[in-house]
This record gives sequence, structure tokens and C-alpha cells, in this order.
Amino acid sequence: MIINGVSIDNTFAEAFPMKATRAIITAQNEKWAMISAQAMTGFATSVIACGCEAGIERVLSPEETPDGRPGVAIMIYAMGGKGLAKQLETRAGQCVLTSPTSALFAGIEGGKPIPLGKNLRYFGDSFQIAKKIAGKRYWRVPVMDGEFLTEATTGMVDAVGGGNFLVLAESQPQALAACEAAIEAMKQIPNVIMPFPGGVVRSGSKVGSKYPALGASTNDAFCPTLKGMTKTELSPEIESVMEIVIDGLSKEDIDKAMRVGIEAVCQLGAANGIRRISAGNYGGKLGPFHFHLQEIMA
Amino acid sequence: MSALTFSLKQTPAQRLDLSPLVSQNLQGLSLAEIAALELQNGKAKRRVDEVFSISGDDVQNIVFNASSDKLDFIGKQLEGGSITVNGDVGAYLGLNMKSGSILVTGNSGIYSGCEMKNGLIEIHGNAGDFIGGALPGNKQGMKGGTILVKGNAGARVGDHMRRGQILIEGNAGDYCGSRMLAGTIAVMGDTGRFLGYAMRRGTLLLWKQPRLSATFNDCGSHTLAFLPILFASFKSLNSRFADSAQAFNRVQRFGGDMAETGRGEVLVKL
Repeated sequence: MIINGVSIDNTFAEAFPMKATRAIITAQNEKWAMISAQAMTGFATSVIACGCEAGIERVLSPEETPDGRPGVAIMIYAMGGKGLAKQLETRAGQCVLTSPTSALFAGIEGGKPIPLGKNLRYFGDSFQIAKKIAGKRYWRVPVMDGEFLTEATTGMVDAVGGGNFLVLAESQPQALAACEAAIEAMKQIPNVIMPFPGGVVRSGSKVGSKYPALGASTNDAFCPTLKGMTKTELSPEIESVMEIVIDGLSKEDIDKAMRVGIEAVCQLGAANGIRRISAGNYGGKLGPFHFHLQEIMA
Repeated sequence: MSALTFSLKQTPAQRLDLSPLVSQNLQGLSLAEIAALELQNGKAKRRVDEVFSISGDDVQNIVFNASSDKLDFIGKQLEGGSITVNGDVGAYLGLNMKSGSILVTGNSGIYSGCEMKNGLIEIHGNAGDFIGGALPGNKQGMKGGTILVKGNAGARVGDHMRRGQILIEGNAGDYCGSRMLAGTIAVMGDTGRFLGYAMRRGTLLLWKQPRLSATFNDCGSHTLAFLPILFASFKSLNSRFADSAQAFNRVQRFGGDMAETGRGEVLVKL
């Protein structure tokens, strides 16, 4: 399959089941909601070493938030429920509770309830106040700038992590420009996050390593500087490869995000140095969810 | 199906206990069986059809017509369905009710919504003393749900209240929120003496400046983020509380009762 001169490999991205949750951070203005959201989703690119994968889903208008202030929806994904709950609570406590004017609300109705502010309330040292409003429990925790308002719990649901595609380009700037275009388009899709820095990862990994202590190592088959030294996947004209990883609430959400992302890359096309789209495929060893590139783009 | 309607034939001389006439007790009974149920009337027992003329068949939708303040325990332990009372009611309206709704077009007596767990009680007239309170000797009053009073409320509103909301469009009597453990009482009108007497936690939300005891301390003026969410939850009510012009988020906060645990608050609209 070739779109605008870009070859779409006959391969599939391989993803695995995860647990996910969403939280809504609001603040006096969008600037401070975003600052809090960026802190809460920081150092959360990969479950390999961060404990979770997190990202900003989208900015919310005051009409869309529970307290009528500007807000940001963030999502956190982890391999298990216990880990997710711990990450959510730690991050909420250190990054939202601490952030000026912030408030924190559940972003998923239903699912299994996990603590959001339920335990953060103890920061109030007995001055905290519970309010059950319209069936939801909130905590008002006195803090130095006023009150930190937080919902007690949010919902945890089954999700899919690790959807991905690779952009193969003639140069590093061209690969990056294509990925930037893809991320801009993918940000419009609900229920997904692209957890790596700016949504793009330049150090895609393969399963396993020469060193027994490491579970993952550089994806040498796609490293352009190793073209002559390893069993490469790259043709001579490819000088740079970048990957976009997607976590989503369902396979369909990731399908949609991959489609609009690949479309944006292909729009730049061969004229801008984009030669191929491929995907992280581990021969079916990594996970049960397979995203066939050519089917998605059909 | 039409509402199961009980029309009072004559105001009874003695108090009448209507606790058997709730949806969960009447489910599956024929009209004749309902008519044969016995009600405690003073020291005597009387059949339902001696006191009421009965029509309709929908036990989830019960109506009492020509009601009187002699009718006690309406909606006791109610579990679902709705009760509409056209007229006044006596004491213990919705005692221990678990869910469902009760609407009273007239006034209610003492202990309305006493120890209720959930659901909605709407009183269009005035309410007596101890609404949402605890039975004498018990330590916890209302534990959930909403009581809306469109008129005035008597003394001891929410005495020992544990959770839930009491909304009063008119005035509240003395000792409003006394011995409160938690929950929210909102009063649009005036409040009486000894507001929040011995309250431990909970919120008294007031539109008018109260006469506060010396055991409530001024915590200053604040913009509180939970208030817009609270007011938004009132939108579905048939009440002035649903009117967005009545909503506010800027308050003077008083903490108390310092003679007790002192974690309660009186929030006065600024």
C-alpha cells in the first residue's frame, strides 16, 4: 500500500491490556490547570521505568468541567489496578494538591472506583470536610491558598496500551516534522494519550537485551546508524526513524488515532522525505491486540 | 394505572398511624386486601376503608387527599415510589425512609424526615420542630437524602444530623443545626437563637446574617469552590434553591461550635 508516495508496511502494531483512569484538573485559569496537569503527567512515558504512562488528553472549557472553571483532562495507564491506584494518588498528592487554585475531579463515571482524594484528605489534619453532593463524595481540604476541592474517587477501566507506528524518513528534521503533524491531528481524538515527550519517541525498543538485567533494549533493526552492522529493516535512503505510541480506552480509539496520525504523516508524503510507515511488531509475543496498518488505512 | 389514592373521609379524633401504607407493604395486594389493613388510631385499630375512600391501583404512586395533621408516620421506612399528600401531615413524616419521594402540599408536624437514609421530602408549607433529627435518645439523625421546606421550619432543624441536606426557603427556628454531626442545612430566611448549638461538623449555609453564639469564631471571607457544585445539584428541585440568581460562592466563614469539636461551619452569603 502506498499513500502519497509513502509505503505502508504490511505489518501490525502489537499492544497489550492495561488499566486506565481519567482525572479532570481545574484551576483559576487554563494556564494553571495546564501547569498542574503537566506536573501530574510528568515522568510517565513508559511503564518500563515510570510505573505508569500518563498524558494530557485535552483542554476542557469551563462549561465542560464540574466547577465551571477552565480545566484539563489527563489520563493515566498502568499494567495493573494496584499500580494505577498508587500512581494516581501519589501524583495527585504531589502535583495537584500542591498546585495553586487547583481542584481535582473524576473523569470516568463507572468502572471500579479508585481513590482520588479519598486519602489525600488526611492532609487536612482533621480540618477537612466531606460533602456528598448528587451522589458524589467530595473532600474540602484546607490549604494555604484557600481550599483544595477533590472528588473522593474516580473510575478505573480496562484499556489498551502500546499501540504504535513508526515514521521512516530521509532525515531527522523530516521525521520530526511528520511526527509533529501526526500528534497535532491525534490530539483531537478522545480517549487516547501519546505518553512520550511531545508524543514522539526516538528510542523505540525491542523485547530483551544482550545484558540479562535489561528487559528491553534499542530496536537495532530500525537504528539508521546500524544499517550495515545488524539485520536491518531500513533501506539505504532512511536516515531517521521516530515512533508514536498510543494508549487508549479501547482498541477502536487507538484505531482512530493511528488512522488520523498516519494520514497526517502521509499528507506530507514522499515530497517531504517521508518514505515508509511501519510498526512495532514483536511477532505476537508482546500482547493480544494487533493493529494492522494496511487494514487501518484501508 | 392510576395513582393509589386514599381520600380521608373525616378527620380522626385521635392520631392515626399510616406507616403500613407505603409502596413496599402494598406491592401485590388487591384493593380489598389494602382496604382490610388495620391502622392504629389512638388506642383503637381501624380498617383502612373505615378511614379512607380508596381508588386507583399504582402502589408506586400513592396519594393522600384531604389530609390532616392527625396523620402520623406517612412514608415510614419508604423504599421507592412516590407519596403525594394534599393537605397537612402530622408527626414523623418519612421516618427512616430509605428511598423514593414524598411531597406535602400543606404543613408538616414534628420530626419530619427523622433519621431518613435517602430520598426526597418536599414540604410546601411549614415544617415543625426537629426536621431531619434523631428520635429522642438516639445519637444520629438524618443520614442522607434531601428535605426541602418551602415555608418556615421549627426549632432544632437537623438535630444530630449525620449526612444529607435540609433546604429551607423560609425561616428556621431556634437551635438550627444543634448537635449536628455532618451534612448541610441551607436557610434562605432568618435563623433563630443558638444557631449550630453544640454542632461538631457540618455546614450551615445562610443567606442572611445570623445571631451567632460566642462559641463561633470568624474565619474571614472566602470564595469556596464546592458551592457552585452544591448549587448545581439543586437545579432539579422545584424550589427557589434551583434559581441561579440565588447561588453564590463568596461567603463569610464562621467555625464552631468551639464548645464542642468545633469542626462545623456557618457560611453566610456576602
